[in-house]
Amino acid sequence: MSAATPTSAATTALSEYTRHEIDAWIAKFPAGKQRSASLAALRAAQHQNNGFLTTELMDAVAAYLALPPIQVYEVAAFYSMFETKPVGRIHVSVCTNISCMLCGSDGIVDHIQKKLGIKIGESTPDGKFYLKREEECLAACNNAPMMMIDHVYYEHLTPEKVDQVIDSLK
Amino acid sequence: MSQDIVNLEVNGVAVQGRKGQMIIHVTDAANVYVPRFCYHEKLSIAANCRMCLVEVEKAPKPLPACATPISEGMKIYTKSPKAIGAQKATMEFLLINHPLDCPICDQGGECELQDLAMGFGRDAARYEETKRVVKDKNLGPLVSTDMTRCIHCTRCVRFTAEIAGLQELGTLGRGEQTQIGTFIEHSVDHEMSGNIIDLCPVGALNSKPFRYQGRSWEMVQQPIVSPHDAVGTNLNAHVRRGKLMRVVPRANEAVNETWIADRDRFSYEGVYADDRLETPLIRRNGELVPTTWEVALEAAALALKDGVASFGPDRIGVLSLPSATSEEAWLLARLARGLGIRNIDHRLRQLDTRDQASDAALPGLGLSLAELEALDGLLIVGSDLRQEAPVLAHRVRKAALYNKAQVAFVNPAEFEYLFPVASYRATPAIRMIAELASIGRAIAEASGQALAPVLAGAGVPTDGQVAAARALASGSRRLLLLGGLAERHPAFADLRAVAGAVATAAGATLGYLPGGANAAGAALAGLLPHREAGGKAVAQPGLAAGAMLAAGLDAYVLFGGVEPAQDSVFGDAAETALAKARFVLALTPYAPASVRRHAHVVLPIGTFAETSGSFVNLEGRWQSFSAVARPLGDCRPGWKVLRVLGNLLDLAGFDYESSEQVRAEFVAALGALAGKAADTAYRGQWQLQGPVPGRLTSLPIYQSDPIVRRAPALQQTRTASRPAVAY
Repeated sequence: MSAATPTSAATTALSEYTRHEIDAWIAKFPAGKQRSASLAALRAAQHQNNGFLTTELMDAVAAYLALPPIQVYEVAAFYSMFETKPVGRIHVSVCTNISCMLCGSDGIVDHIQKKLGIKIGESTPDGKFYLKREEECLAACNNAPMMMIDHVYYEHLTPEKVDQVIDSLK
Repeated sequence: MSQDIVNLEVNGVAVQGRKGQMIIHVTDAANVYVPRFCYHEKLSIAANCRMCLVEVEKAPKPLPACATPISEGMKIYTKSPKAIGAQKATMEFLLINHPLDCPICDQGGECELQDLAMGFGRDAARYEETKRVVKDKNLGPLVSTDMTRCIHCTRCVRFTAEIAGLQELGTLGRGEQTQIGTFIEHSVDHEMSGNIIDLCPVGALNSKPFRYQGRSWEMVQQPIVSPHDAVGTNLNAHVRRGKLMRVVPRANEAVNETWIADRDRFSYEGVYADDRLETPLIRRNGELVPTTWEVALEAAALALKDGVASFGPDRIGVLSLPSATSEEAWLLARLARGLGIRNIDHRLRQLDTRDQASDAALPGLGLSLAELEALDGLLIVGSDLRQEAPVLAHRVRKAALYNKAQVAFVNPAEFEYLFPVASYRATPAIRMIAELASIGRAIAEASGQALAPVLAGAGVPTDGQVAAARALASGSRRLLLLGGLAERHPAFADLRAVAGAVATAAGATLGYLPGGANAAGAALAGLLPHREAGGKAVAQPGLAAGAMLAAGLDAYVLFGGVEPAQDSVFGDAAETALAKARFVLALTPYAPASVRRHAHVVLPIGTFAETSGSFVNLEGRWQSFSAVARPLGDCRPGWKVLRVLGNLLDLAGFDYESSEQVRAEFVAALGALAGKAADTAYRGQWQLQGPVPGRLTSLPIYQSDPIVRRAPALQQTRTASRPAVAY
């Protein structure tokens, strides 16, 4: 059993900024409980890689946290905010749960699909946009329908507002 | 401790439990059955199958018995309408996605899901929608997968994480997308991975070599003992019409708990290898040709008699595998000594036998396997433990994890260990003795003892050596274990003398991990050049295995399927010696090229599955078993062949009618040594002399004996692809 010392493989795949970020999270947990930092470490690694994780990155996170790789894969596969296949840089997630659905989220999804020319779950060929398959309720029912783009909420959506938001994104 | 006792009621009957126990512990102890899939007494509690829901008075909902701690005055109902209703509902949910492919599933007939569906399932399904389908995973040559059948109990995941110590499987995805797998395709490589087959309560993980080979109800289950390592792992043989079909674990808490190594589980394929010998062979005009037992036995007896008369018994050597049964070893040693032969040995992999006079009468741990778990300090010298005895390695792991034993190693290379190691001293083979001596010096200095003479030249201990010394000296229960690499070391005499002094200085037991399943039985039987039965010293010792082969004797008797190149460390010398010998008699289950090249008479004997007998494990525990499979062709159990050979050689007292008679005679001859207690302390006076010629080489786990080498599935594993290494 190796101690929680990062190996050289880990240090090359993870950027200095990412490692710094992970270190800050490891420090928040008791010594030897670095597994608790898996979520934050994966988030940092995904961010470093423009929105999706690769096996190399997950292995690097596992090595950095001294965990069996499978424990990192488990976390990455469980949470919907981690992408384990190549996807576009900007993650567009439209809430389709009950409140948003009643307020017309299906029409919003249709509009975005037409506008970007992709189906739900796909990315634009230029690698810019990724329309996530399913987003669970994001607790903004009072302002339904809503969508989240890279952790920012856009509410009271209409097709016009969606156009405006998406066109403004670089 | 009385305040720890909890009084409660199960189905109206008053029972007691200990504080901290779960409901299922109490109901199991009271023989009240609660259905379960994910709960396993050797694994952590997951509580994710929900099959063990029971009713507890005053609880608003049924509670999972495996994860609900007991409390004073608790009233539990396992068969109330509420409990049964909850169990039936769980069952219905489990069956929603489980395919109805029992007729083609290998688990059919021995399936926990099938059994519980009989008990708790509905007669018809209400679910009409589509079932989910999960892609199968390739986990390597040992475990087959049908992942659509998986019910996500996670026993296999917990096994790899908790028992194997190397999590290779995981729970991926969530909700309906949940899958058990490895994420990126790779095989499950741990040397005990086959246990996930038994743990799987459904047909998702099954034995790949056994796939579609038979149904559980066609086979008869009979107890046997593993012939591969000195642990004496308890096994059940599944036999169909006289043929050994597969091997599964037999629970024995004192020996192997419920686990067996993959080597124990999948080696059965080697029993029916292509080069199995079915008839006796005799050399005529330079060619080995099939013959009858009468002709072959007469020829063997005549040649041995002639040999004794013409070139004399000192020109005859007898070599046996350490996996011969105790009965075979006893008869072989008696037969050889009856003819006046003194060159007898089973230590085919021991280069250095110079200090053999100091050998323990019963080479073993000096402790019981269960006592291993209670150790405080452990120094393992010259052992790739996981490769040599996986079940023993698991006990050591438990000691390190749960008893916080401080474990240190002195090894010729870095081997992977899946538990915390206090100090790992990897050093070139020849430096191991100096390394160990310095550790001994550190122990002596820390406790203010005078240095033993053999430690006099020890170097000043380094920090790592001091750490190893501190590990061994921890607590009150300590063991210095000499493993297979130590036994095969070219300066074993030096290494052991130093180990003896270190053990004495540390107040530790000195233990051995002998190679082969029955080295202890062979040693007790006197299958040694310097010892008669019961450890009695021989006045004029004969030649040890290496010397016998180097001397180029006129005749050799090879017992048990010896293949000199693989089963001994004297491959080249053996090849030359056997080629030059005037007569070679081989008693073997197999007829490989090496036997065909040199033997003059070949007598086919049965493998471990086809003979009754006993193995003595490294605790000194005698474990007897019956023949379970019908001997292939004309082959006969080894003890019967030796008995007839004894008669033909006019030796007295070879009129046994059963292997039990042989055993009784053997045990009677042992006196006090027949008991379990084994004194393994070193009392020799050896002066360091440096190594004998030869190199220390690794022994890959799936090269250890002729049966394993012939098991195709094991040979396809990634572990098997690693070649032997010289250190």
